[in-house]
Amino acid sequence: MHYKDNIDYPPMLTRPVVFVPLLSAIFAGLWWFQSGDGAFGRLVRGLAPVAEGNPLNLVTAACVTALVGFNIFVVMRLPLRQQVWLVWGELAALILLFFYSFDLSFAFIQRKIGFLITQGLLTTLYISAASIAIATVLALMGAIAKLSSNGIAQGIAHFYTSLFRGLPLLMQIYMIYLGLPQLGYVVDAVPTGIAALSLCYGAYMTEIFRAGIESIPRGQWEAARALGMRPVAVMTRIILPQSMRVIIPPTGNQFISMLKDSSLVSVVGVWELMYLARTQGQTEFRHIEMMVTASLIYWLMSIVLELLQKRIETHFNKAATR
Amino acid sequence: MTSAHAAAVKAALPAIEISGLNKWYGNLQVLHDVNLSVAQGERMVICGPSGSGKSTLIRTVNALEGFQDGEIKVAGIRLTRDQAVVEEIRRRVGMVFQQFNLFPHLTVLENCALPLRLVRGLSPAEARARAMHYLSKVRIPEQATKYPAQLSGGQQQRVAIARAVAMQPEVMLFDEPTSALDPEMVKEVLDVMVALADEGMTMAVVTHEMGFARQVADRVIFMDAGRIIEQGPPSTFFSAPKSDRTRAFLQQVLH
Repeated sequence: MHYKDNIDYPPMLTRPVVFVPLLSAIFAGLWWFQSGDGAFGRLVRGLAPVAEGNPLNLVTAACVTALVGFNIFVVMRLPLRQQVWLVWGELAALILLFFYSFDLSFAFIQRKIGFLITQGLLTTLYISAASIAIATVLALMGAIAKLSSNGIAQGIAHFYTSLFRGLPLLMQIYMIYLGLPQLGYVVDAVPTGIAALSLCYGAYMTEIFRAGIESIPRGQWEAARALGMRPVAVMTRIILPQSMRVIIPPTGNQFISMLKDSSLVSVVGVWELMYLARTQGQTEFRHIEMMVTASLIYWLMSIVLELLQKRIETHFNKAATR
Repeated sequence: MTSAHAAAVKAALPAIEISGLNKWYGNLQVLHDVNLSVAQGERMVICGPSGSGKSTLIRTVNALEGFQDGEIKVAGIRLTRDQAVVEEIRRRVGMVFQQFNLFPHLTVLENCALPLRLVRGLSPAEARARAMHYLSKVRIPEQATKYPAQLSGGQQQRVAIARAVAMQPEVMLFDEPTSALDPEMVKEVLDVMVALADEGMTMAVVTHEMGFARQVADRVIFMDAGRIIEQGPPSTFFSAPKSDRTRAFLQQVLH
């Protein structure tokens, strides 16, 4: 808990009034949805001969519930950090088990993963990195324009955020790729993707940057201006470094989201990760192998961005957390 | 006030000259025909009830507040809304705020050194050296590597004074510099201000610290409802106030 209030609350899950209904609900849910029919049921029947139908459902539900209860019992006895990591790991293992249950051909994945990474991942990274850089510049310009006293700049910025937040990203990609040629300007697929992602995310981030800049008290401007500092210097040396604390967390969200939205660019035939994941499996009907592989690659990239965000946050918090 | 000091005050060109100043917030008039001249080396204290326009008045001097009518001259330069003029005047006028307004993301040393580099064009080494010199003058050099949030209010305000004075301005404006401080920290800040006054700095101080006014001021100004009601040297101002409003105010603040 971020704010502890100096009270030792008994842990929720050690209270009967919490864990009895919780485990009952899990048991009832599993029974109701006839969990004996699925993978858990097969697992139970592998261990002991139980008649199919209602008995199997009951035994399966009871086993899973007992497992969850035992897990809680064990985890609650660990220190906080270990609890977090253990639970994270268990959930990750469950997801991997879920993927494993698809009866994947690892030989096929092994054959294709090299191409998925060298072509798909690199293209995705390239498009995302370029879009992140351009979107950040657009957002900064948009925010400054919105806060300026220049009517033209404000008008452009307001229209920009309204239009590009208002249209589906997919539509923007089509508009640039198929619409601009009507004016005689043919744009290639990759530049189309970068342009659409930058414009769309720049529009969302404009609002984040604006709110961040506005969160800095007036006195900071007054002090810096009274010292004779120029407006640009005040913005870059005094205001923006302080607004970063407010700007970084939602911007990290945007970057992670953009990484995955870059998959929309596959509709105009860019050979990025999503496109290859859809097409590489087609010839041998191994769609799910490619989908699972691509999913895990996306997830790993997001984790990298998460860690990066955390580092940057710590950096900009250093003056405030003392 | 020594006679030599008095002669110096009289001789020089006014540091600040305000004439016929009027200011409105919408329909509300906050400054009424203010005329005021601050001589070089003069220490002026402005007091008055809250909302009397005293802070607004000194904030117009370095253009943190605009005004609709009248004229302000700083060191002979007429204040306009032209960027070059405003920045020229701000280079000559230092300011200390009630809420300190230190930059929380910079260390104490960087707070003082950054403006020196950006505005005065000093090299990083020169800026650091000068910043340390002024931090020593406010008796706080050992806190140079700390961040503002790690300092007490009194220490923060002393850093703010060092930051402003390090720019070597011709005039210092103080906008209620001790009003946000815990009582036990008021003295350390006032001591620094007294030392600054002893060095001959021209000062315009908005404050409720009447002890400081008695000890340091050459002239005390009393404002109410946007008007200068009364002014004079502290000896006559405190012992024989002419207006009823001044008397009422002094009774409130002097107990």
